[in-house]
Amino acid sequence: MARLCSIAVFFLLLIALPQTPQAEPAAGRQADLIYRLKQDCGSCHGMTLKGGLGPPLLPAALADKPNDALVEIILDGRPGTPMPPWAFEITPDEAAWLVRRLKEGVQ
Amino acid sequence: MSRWRRIRRGGAAAMLALALAACQAPLRGTGDLGLIVERAAGRVEVIETSGLSSLGEVGGLGDLSHASAVFSRDGRYAYVFGRDGGLSKVDLLRRKLAGRVVQAGNSIGGAISQDGRLVAVSNYEPGGVRVFDAETLAPLADIPATYGTGGARSKVVGLVDAPGQRFVFSLYDAGEIWVADLADPATPKLTKYRDIGRQPYDGLITPDGRYYLAGLFGEDGIALLDLWHPEVGVRRILDGYGRGEEPLPVYKMPHLEGWASAGNLLVLPAVGHHELLLVERETWREVGRIAVHGQPVFAVARPDGRQVWVNFAHPLNDVVQVIDLPSREIVETLHPGKAVLHMEFTPRGEQVWISLRDEDRVEVYDPETRKRIAALPADKPSGIFLTARANRTGL
Repeated sequence: MARLCSIAVFFLLLIALPQTPQAEPAAGRQADLIYRLKQDCGSCHGMTLKGGLGPPLLPAALADKPNDALVEIILDGRPGTPMPPWAFEITPDEAAWLVRRLKEGVQ
Repeated sequence: MSRWRRIRRGGAAAMLALALAACQAPLRGTGDLGLIVERAAGRVEVIETSGLSSLGEVGGLGDLSHASAVFSRDGRYAYVFGRDGGLSKVDLLRRKLAGRVVQAGNSIGGAISQDGRLVAVSNYEPGGVRVFDAETLAPLADIPATYGTGGARSKVVGLVDAPGQRFVFSLYDAGEIWVADLADPATPKLTKYRDIGRQPYDGLITPDGRYYLAGLFGEDGIALLDLWHPEVGVRRILDGYGRGEEPLPVYKMPHLEGWASAGNLLVLPAVGHHELLLVERETWREVGRIAVHGQPVFAVARPDGRQVWVNFAHPLNDVVQVIDLPSREIVETLHPGKAVLHMEFTPRGEQVWISLRDEDRVEVYDPETRKRIAALPADKPSGIFLTARANRTGL
């Protein structure tokens, strides 16, 4: 019975939780992430994200790259290049949110 | 004409002369001037270091997210190199743009020739160096950084001027150092040094203009070229300084330009290690290291070479450490505020200017007492450049 219960709870949770990691960071955190993106990521990718030592992060440059791969690069970095891992201060949900903003184009 | 009218007319003329004098800015030199890059606003603030004040701003300089400046030999004009490929000539006395060309899609820095007539810009896109007339900004030479057999072009970094109308720079993607002799700007003579190491990320020239050093990101080591003996070629120093330690991530690339050269010591950043490396000139051997707060970005020597001030990469970028070079000890850890991006000493070393990007402020310290002596508002300040650079090789 207890087992049945826990299975039911598990499925209920699955339904209740957001489908995909589309969680939105809180508004203040969003502003902070965009600021970091322009100022700190911008030191290699350009403040307008058109590229520098690092590649451009404009929508056209990212369009054919899967979101998951981009999230992974943000969190874990790219060995062999100067791209460092950011997981120490950016959560997977936040990285996914950043990737969606980048693909739309950040103002 | 009555005497009274004559006096009245004379008085009016005198008043007019006075009014004209008041409208004209008083004569001044440029030796105590400088500029602060306001990176987000595409603007520079013109400052003076005698009264520690801002004289005004000059805008319209484009994307300054990574920007640097060199000065004309008379210290009147600054040439500002922006990220968007813009080369802007700023008149420090009139506080106006004296010229601007967008000469590439994406650039990283520049240099001015020994005689002050040529301004060279290092570009990421299209990879190479372009050279302009310092007076008119007219294009004079184009040096594509083509490497290998497929015609690929490399990003160019670490561009400096060298004695003899030469420019020296490194090819990030190609792992090469090139020396361009522009005695005749129409036909640059190139000497290329290949296989100097992986991913040179920046370069410096010693203040005497003799040695060019390129820091490597792709491996632990520094590439060294003796410009007095170019025939010897590029040699490797500090090879494998990390000695198998797992490198730490680097959240901002260190800058070699302006890295500390004090007496016979060079103080260099260890990339991926929270250390400064002390290198002895002539033998080029490591003579010590100093553990510091984070990944060093700039280490700037006080002009007397006794102190070195260091700032750090994100997320440890709210700290400045002061090192006493003779004892190799950290004598002060300052917490000026968030995002310390740059430090610049006045040429005699009685002030050091520090930019605090996330505080929208520039602070000035007395390096001797390490007390703050002034603070100026600035919009997302990054680089600080004083006109004393006009008279120094490599700056």
